[in-house]
Amino acid sequence: MSFVLIVGSGRVGSTVARKLLAGGHEVSVLDGDPLSHERLDAGQETTWEAAGGRFTIGQAIERDALVEAGIESADVFIAATNGDNTNLTIAQIAQKMFKVPRVLVRVMDPARAEWYSSQGMETICPTSYAVEMFEKALVAPGGK
Amino acid sequence: MYAVVIGGGKVGLNLTRELLAKGTEVTLIESRRDRYLRMDAELGFVVQYGDGTELWVLERAGIQRADLVVAVTGDDEDNILICQVARDKYQVERFISRVNNPRNRQYFELLDIRPAFSATDLILRLIEHEVPDYGLIHLLDLPDEQLEVIEIVVCEGCRAAGLEVQQLELPEGSIVISVLRDEGGFVPKGDTVINAGDEVLVCLDPGLEPQVTALFEAAK
Repeated sequence: MSFVLIVGSGRVGSTVARKLLAGGHEVSVLDGDPLSHERLDAGQETTWEAAGGRFTIGQAIERDALVEAGIESADVFIAATNGDNTNLTIAQIAQKMFKVPRVLVRVMDPARAEWYSSQGMETICPTSYAVEMFEKALVAPGGK
Repeated sequence: MYAVVIGGGKVGLNLTRELLAKGTEVTLIESRRDRYLRMDAELGFVVQYGDGTELWVLERAGIQRADLVVAVTGDDEDNILICQVARDKYQVERFISRVNNPRNRQYFELLDIRPAFSATDLILRLIEHEVPDYGLIHLLDLPDEQLEVIEIVVCEGCRAAGLEVQQLELPEGSIVISVLRDEGGFVPKGDTVINAGDEVLVCLDPGLEPQVTALFEAAK
């Protein structure tokens, strides 16, 4: 079991958070928007906190917010806000300032996802996956 | 010289105008359509439309041959990444970045994005310079050169008051470079006497500040 800090409680961040919590991990979520908490509760039998999750309201780039959300003891850091530049910056803060052992960063822009990946960062690019899916769907039998 | 400026706000636009007036070749990148159109009417091909954190936009502006990259968007994360990419991917040797929120300065330092300027910090220093409440002011920090210049008020009854400059027990690695007195300033000689009420500028190695200021503060 590891302690995972997820920054950004959007569609991706909140869903990953719930899956990890259900998988028995300790999960903390940081987001600047208090309403984003609803995504963590939606469709669940208990609230996020009752299920054992943590939620902190704060800006991703604020050191105090990251510390409050538990970055100092995180085993895994996931940067999943809706901004590529914010994600890439906070991922490097997690890596270099807080020495988080594993850092995953979502980057929508394929070109930068590729370049930062070549610099040793673990990037995940949903755009590339979507393109790949479309290509596969179009060449698959049944496609025209 | 070829400069690429990213961010067409007040700083970026005025900087571009000044650089053009000096005969520098400049490209200014702006991501907001309305701003771009307004500047395009004035500056024409100098301005390019696009997100200056995207690689293809930077490449279209010719970042590969830029001698200088200036990141002055209103977003610190953007400025950090622009400089990082310019340096590490395109081998641009000189870059300057703006820090919008002084609290983010630590991240610029963490990722070695230097020099980084913050208007808030600069104005704060000017205020400190104008308002005599502060005994000590940092006038200049040169981290690469390992030098600082500070301004200190000579307090009544301190160890330095009444002594000649050569009698001051300044630590090795520090020197009084200027004395400000009666609305004027001058470079002191060894036998110049330091008076209470003077302000002195001291050039010093980082870390010597406590030893230096102790000479000029009132005895406790």
